[in-house]
Amino acid sequence: MTSRIGVVTFPGTLDDQDALRAVRIAGAEPVSLWHRDKDLHQVDAVVLAGGFSYGDYLRAGAISRFSPVMDTIIDQAKAGMPVLGICNGFQILTEAHLLPGAMLRNNHLHFICRDQKLRVENAETAWTADYEAGQEISVPLKNMDGRYVADERTLDELEAEGRVAFRYLDGNPNGSLRDIAGISNAAGNVVGLMPHPEHAVEPLVGTGRTDGLGFFTSILKKLVNA
Amino acid sequence: MARVVVDVMLKPEILDPQGQAVQRALPRLGFESIADVRQGKRFELEVEGPVDDAALTRIHEMAETFLANTVIEDFTVKVEEEK
Repeated sequence: MTSRIGVVTFPGTLDDQDALRAVRIAGAEPVSLWHRDKDLHQVDAVVLAGGFSYGDYLRAGAISRFSPVMDTIIDQAKAGMPVLGICNGFQILTEAHLLPGAMLRNNHLHFICRDQKLRVENAETAWTADYEAGQEISVPLKNMDGRYVADERTLDELEAEGRVAFRYLDGNPNGSLRDIAGISNAAGNVVGLMPHPEHAVEPLVGTGRTDGLGFFTSILKKLVNA
Repeated sequence: MARVVVDVMLKPEILDPQGQAVQRALPRLGFESIADVRQGKRFELEVEGPVDDAALTRIHEMAETFLANTVIEDFTVKVEEEK
């Protein structure tokens, strides 16, 4: 039996279909989850996909964080279930305090949409084991609220514990502190990042490369070997 | 009905590019000598029933968990005079 990976759809989610597709291409069974359903339907891991859930009203991710499905996801994530937050999903994870810090408007106030070079800093999380530490990858980046902020102490802690999972290369696209593109929790099961690996899983579309596929093969290997 | 106002502002150490954009536009409009602008959010809550300590405690809780993200924002709670 293959592993089941859930992808949550909130009102305003955009990238759930691409995330489901990436799960399928990696060889796992994609499962659609609905924001009002507390039941996770026996999935082994969850992806919170990108988009503009609840129109980014109040703050990006602030309203989704209180949806019924998130109650279950927060409990399960604390118990060790792997969760990946991409873009708006990353914003939801910080609002839910599953990851430290917060996301703010890009420092230049423009929406960004481009291929972005990243360095994988931590290849030991549940979602990055198929990469090598220091590996450079290129995946699409597209957001308005991508500026990662946290207080100095939190940033030092993240660095010391190796929890900065990804850093922007060739210029900081949004003013994120210390060029942080993504982070993980202390256990390594919860990972959030602003760029979109699910848009880079086939040579035909996206960046023309498959640099993002490793997220989904990493988690599949981990679940199969668990 | 009584009104309670919750003001939410980015913490002073957090960069506010929206406020900066507003500030930079001011001289063009003929408003000189505004050295800095910070932009925030104001929530006006129409409260049913008395605004007693218990109600204010609940509103404080609401502001802390939902209206503001205290990682990046500060908030104040004010009761407006009834008209």
